[in-house]
Amino acid sequence: MKSICFYFQVHQPFRLRPYKFFEIGHQHNYYDDVQNAWLCRRIADKCYLPANETFLNLIKKYQGQVRIAYSITGTAIEQFQRYTPEVMDSFRRLVDTGCVELLGETFMHSLAALKSENEFSEQVKMHSDLMKKEFGVTPRVFRNTELIYSDTIGRAVHKLGFKAQLMEGAKQVLGWRSPNFVYEHKDKNGLRLLMKNFRLSDDIAFRFSQQSWSEWPLTADKFASWVHELQDTECINLFMDYETFGEHQWKETGIFDFLNALPEEIFKKGDINFLTPSEVISTYSPKANISSEYPVSWADEERDLSAWLGNDLQDDAFDRVYALEQKVKATENEDLISVWRHLQTSDNFYYMCTKWFSDGDVHKYFNHYNTPYEAYINYMNILSDFILTLKK
Amino acid sequence: MRVLMFGWEFPPQISGGLGTACYAMTEALIKQGVQIAFVVPKKYEGIAQNGSDIIGANETDMTFSDIRTINDKFRTVNKNFNLSFIEVNSSLVPYVGQEDYYNIVNKRFAETESEQESIRAEERKAYRRFDFTGGYNQNLMEEVDKYALVAGQIAKTQNFDVIHCHDWLTYKAGIVAKQLTGKPLVIHVHATEYDRSGENVNTQVYEIEKMGMNSADKIITVSNLTRRTVINKYHQPVEKTVTVYNGIDYKDILPHRINNAFNKKIVTFLGRVTFQKGPDYFIEVADKVLKMDKNIVFVLAGSGDMLNRMVALVAKKRISENFFFTGFLKGGDVNRMFKMSDVYVMPSVSEPFGISPLEAMREGVPTIISKQSGVAEIVSYALKVDFWDIDAMANAIYGLTHYSALSNMIVKNGATEIKKINWDKAAGDIKEIYSSVLN
Repeated sequence: MKSICFYFQVHQPFRLRPYKFFEIGHQHNYYDDVQNAWLCRRIADKCYLPANETFLNLIKKYQGQVRIAYSITGTAIEQFQRYTPEVMDSFRRLVDTGCVELLGETFMHSLAALKSENEFSEQVKMHSDLMKKEFGVTPRVFRNTELIYSDTIGRAVHKLGFKAQLMEGAKQVLGWRSPNFVYEHKDKNGLRLLMKNFRLSDDIAFRFSQQSWSEWPLTADKFASWVHELQDTECINLFMDYETFGEHQWKETGIFDFLNALPEEIFKKGDINFLTPSEVISTYSPKANISSEYPVSWADEERDLSAWLGNDLQDDAFDRVYALEQKVKATENEDLISVWRHLQTSDNFYYMCTKWFSDGDVHKYFNHYNTPYEAYINYMNILSDFILTLKK
Repeated sequence: MRVLMFGWEFPPQISGGLGTACYAMTEALIKQGVQIAFVVPKKYEGIAQNGSDIIGANETDMTFSDIRTINDKFRTVNKNFNLSFIEVNSSLVPYVGQEDYYNIVNKRFAETESEQESIRAEERKAYRRFDFTGGYNQNLMEEVDKYALVAGQIAKTQNFDVIHCHDWLTYKAGIVAKQLTGKPLVIHVHATEYDRSGENVNTQVYEIEKMGMNSADKIITVSNLTRRTVINKYHQPVEKTVTVYNGIDYKDILPHRINNAFNKKIVTFLGRVTFQKGPDYFIEVADKVLKMDKNIVFVLAGSGDMLNRMVALVAKKRISENFFFTGFLKGGDVNRMFKMSDVYVMPSVSEPFGISPLEAMREGVPTIISKQSGVAEIVSYALKVDFWDIDAMANAIYGLTHYSALSNMIVKNGATEIKKINWDKAAGDIKEIYSSVLN
């Protein structure tokens, strides 16, 4: 027997509006409400609503044998509540089936884990509280922003009481080992690590509609055979952005037909089931310890942090926003703390990425600024206004 | 006296100081009784009116035979310059269908008399217009040539005494007009390729500039700095060149200040973010000053091909807390920026004239200018430093932001001083130059 573990990331950032130098000190509204509403509506219609519907039907059809996991960021939920409340209802119906697990993460989809354990812990707790409030569940398994993991982060996550953390099955960490087993933190502290099988995940998330790919078109039958043929395998972790369904891969590519057909093809093979991350760790025991001294992520060819940090624009912006931590918290002003936290959303630094080639194309797709320089200037103008407000 | 003037831009759609200067200069000339026909590549809705007769090259009708005549005329003259002018079989004639194109190219080979005649007849009635963007894009050279071609047509149909051209984009037009009419040509050098590009000159542009200067009866330069460049780098006779400084419209502006939200002193750079303007020196000096005094905010206002590099440099130096970018400022935002500023810095590597320090002075902002600027020749109440001398510039900024006696004196006397720098005086000088070439 082997198991497929599906996990989907649901995230929408609050996009900042064009903010001019002359507004600094005068205007304190930072978000592009029109664009946020429009994008939220569009993605809800193209992805969240139809994809949720698909999974809900599959869960019913196979009487609970189809099992999946999500993590939904706090900023996404804030926007659903504001712009598309029916998306919230739809996720609630999914959670109520008992076949869907919700994972923990930072409320703001931030990179706090790299900078301040204190702030990181608070954001994770905020997110857990939100899950409890909105869905009545407390996450037991953790996924950090962009699957960023290091030994240090793993320790912090363990301290917060999580049983397992998801990470990228990156070659620099796994070496010759297979991602298709459960691993454990190098401290042997009990924190299980689930490794993304990036080849099979990306076959769906990135290559599904790529006509130049030798395996195109990808059918459910073909995919199920690949899984079936895997030797020495316990769990196949298929982690991807939820927007894969309907947004990155349009409906016209047949992605929803693929999803609808997949369970049947999988069950036909007889030796494969679906499990949520929590079920995976109670079913399979860890095979070895894993150590990653440096942070790894699921992004780009490098699987590192270079999409968010590393160039001067990103590092300057990142350092300056975190330098405010003590001052912001000392105010005990909830509004100010919330604004500061929203400025930490990792997307803000992603827009400043200057890796234009190959992966840069993916970056451009998600970017509403013309250039990373423009993104930086806009962010810094807003940050400066925030600092002035803070001083008052 | 009637002047046929060729320019590239005219307010309100302008990219730099040239359009503004042309507007103010023609206005002052008209006041002194000179009639102006001002040719722009593209006449657009809402173009400013100041009494000049604005002619759009884009609105000028030409027949194919007009095009051919002007072109042939220029080509015979042009051999001396070893430059190719408009080739009829290039893509320069828009709105030409394949058939028309065939006719133009093959008209000389029409075999029978009647065939030739029918083509000619068709040409006579086929009026065409050229399309212009009037901007500065990758087809600039092509547009410059088209402009010159149309200029020939305008010169043939207009009455005038003198031709006056502003900067290299219009020099070819001036040459064509002079060739066709024999009227004297005055060229006005607002900037040279050496100012724009340092020693890495674009040879194509240089050739056009040189050709224009060689063909001119008189060359007006906006400063002695530029005049020296024209003499030394373009090998023009000293007596053919004359300096006429630009002016500035003096309005009685009460220098009122807009307080800034930072509650700090603001030091401003305002201009195109290009090599010529020295924005990198501005960042270096900011870095230096900020090490001593964090109560100063630096603002780099403007846009240009060096902007991205400048943004990265500020991030790298970790001075973003005290350094801001506004992007290109439009209309009222320019004045707003001046009114927020405590010091204005123009660190230009090479500035033929430099109108913006005068605008800053008019708004009551103490000003630091590089010695490599034309404006430095005519103002006393501004601090002058070499563009590369970061220490001196830092000193000047520190002084003007900390010692109010110094900044007050500079502002007060500067305001008086710039009253003498006006367009009426410039127009008088230009009028005299017109008279000299007519005799």
